[in-house]
Amino acid sequence: MKNKHSKWLAMPFTVWATIFIIIPLFMILYYGFVNGEGTFTWENILAIGEPEHLKALGISIVLSLIATVICLVLAYPLAMILSRLGINQNSFIVLIFILPMWMNFLLRTLAWQTLLEKTGVINSILSFLHLPALNIINTPYAIVLGMVYNFLPFMVLPIYNAIIKLDKDVINAARDLGANGAQTFTKVIFPLTLPGVISGITMVFIPALTTFVISNLLGGGKILLIGNVIEQEFTQASNWNLGSGLSTVMMLFIVISMILSSIFDKDGEGGMF
Amino acid sequence: MPNKLIDLVNITKSYGDHVVLDDLNLYIRENEFLTLLGPSGCGKTTTLRLIGGFEQPDVGQIMLDGKDITNLPPNKRQLNTVFQKYALFTHMTIAENIAFGLKLKDKSKAYIDDKIKYALKLVNLDGYENRKPDSLSGGQQQRIAIARAIVNEPKILLLDEPLGALDLKLRQDMQYELIRLKNELGITFIYVTHDQEEALTMSDTIVVMNQGYIQQIGTPEDIYNEPENAFVADFIGESNIIDAVMLEDRLVSFLDTKWQCVDEGFGNNTPVDVVIRPEDVVLCKPEEGTITGEVTHVIFKGVHYEMEVMAGGYEWLVHSTVMHPVGEKVGISVDPFNIQIMHKPESEDEEVAYIEE
Repeated sequence: MKNKHSKWLAMPFTVWATIFIIIPLFMILYYGFVNGEGTFTWENILAIGEPEHLKALGISIVLSLIATVICLVLAYPLAMILSRLGINQNSFIVLIFILPMWMNFLLRTLAWQTLLEKTGVINSILSFLHLPALNIINTPYAIVLGMVYNFLPFMVLPIYNAIIKLDKDVINAARDLGANGAQTFTKVIFPLTLPGVISGITMVFIPALTTFVISNLLGGGKILLIGNVIEQEFTQASNWNLGSGLSTVMMLFIVISMILSSIFDKDGEGGMF
Repeated sequence: MPNKLIDLVNITKSYGDHVVLDDLNLYIRENEFLTLLGPSGCGKTTTLRLIGGFEQPDVGQIMLDGKDITNLPPNKRQLNTVFQKYALFTHMTIAENIAFGLKLKDKSKAYIDDKIKYALKLVNLDGYENRKPDSLSGGQQQRIAIARAIVNEPKILLLDEPLGALDLKLRQDMQYELIRLKNELGITFIYVTHDQEEALTMSDTIVVMNQGYIQQIGTPEDIYNEPENAFVADFIGESNIIDAVMLEDRLVSFLDTKWQCVDEGFGNNTPVDVVIRPEDVVLCKPEEGTITGEVTHVIFKGVHYEMEVMAGGYEWLVHSTVMHPVGEKVGISVDPFNIQIMHKPESEDEEVAYIEE
């Protein structure tokens, strides 16, 4: 498919990517490896080893992992149900499912803040029903809830894609050879959709790991994730060098995750795009 | 006569408003190579999937060895299927694919290893144990699919157009391969295809289907030489199908000419269809023919010439090793034995109606 025209068609994006992705990336790398005076240093990178940064990174990893697992448990059955529906029902259910995604990410998270507040909607209903109040706002639970709510679609779509690509006769073949429903799932369906699962895990885990908006709004600033630390270095401490150094470390995490997922998903089958 | 191994009783199956099978009755004997043959949408694949257990009939019963298996799931049926697009497990090696059914049955490792060796030898792919399905050609993958099915020692092997995705040469090789396998294994094969040549080559019995009805059941020779209706005649090989009137026993009139034939019992002055195979049409000198005409097309086909002859207002299809050039006046004669008389369908629906044996 390589011809002269395709090169020109890629031009607008190349310009965009250069200005808004590649140049900023190099700027972050530059700031990350120099101190305030502009001389080379490892300090900003090694700052990840400081106890408060390690703690933030640890909490981020734990909460993101929990959110990823919950997403997987919710998404796989949902993707299977979606894949079994006929086309007409399918489009309606898909619509219900993606409708919240059209809403702005900040608004969705703000809505959860309002719902979960001590005097919020959920607690008003609970107190009306004389039930004990739900106090999860400003706790890790609320952050995980926000992560799951916001990132669930990124888990469902790759798994859904992997499932609908399965040849029905491969499933029939497993049944034909004597496998019952559960055996067919564990020995054939799940292994064959694993690339989609890996892709989904990557697409939930990485944004969850680096989020700061969800923890700001639902964690009440009490729980610092690594994203919050980096944000504060840029906005409050105005220490761009330290912020960039920590960002570079996070980028390393992302690159590692992507390499891992590409090893499992050699053919790019499970990808969303 | 061996027993009925599979017996389909009054099977009806529809998808929505579309009736795929209408009151189908069919039995299959032990150790038979039976082919379901018909155009796409005739219900042949549905019939196979009903036997395999991937679909349930709306009405009717499926008996295996005298036991009702209509509501048994596929994993509880003592038969195995070879799918059109192989349906191998791409995340497993060849050996793991073949072992799949045996492991589920908790067979010993030694038994499974022996079986894998035996099955790979049977399909001429020894030494492929550790390859992945993706690294094999289409023909090889289909052999593995067959090996995977037969290690389970099914009573019946169901084959759903297994050669459909292969090229012509490979398809012909695999046809001989399948006949050999069938003879070595001594199990019943139920084979679905739309390729009449495949059906004629391999089958003991052919079931010709159209629009959910069985048109004719018989040996390949029966089906080819004595088609029971115009559909079968047309579907199996090429033929000249001509409107005719049966004047009396052994005398039929078509294209304003009287012809001797060997059929009796159609009554007098009964409208019928006449089928004449292209290779049975004899071209001769104009004065020697029953009817005369002019050659309009000639195509060289290798073994024979295919010619079209306009005679009596009908374009005759003729196969002959002797070439007659376009424009030549020729006579046409047909051996009475080669004129096949068929009842006319009474209505459009009747054309596809179930034919009593």
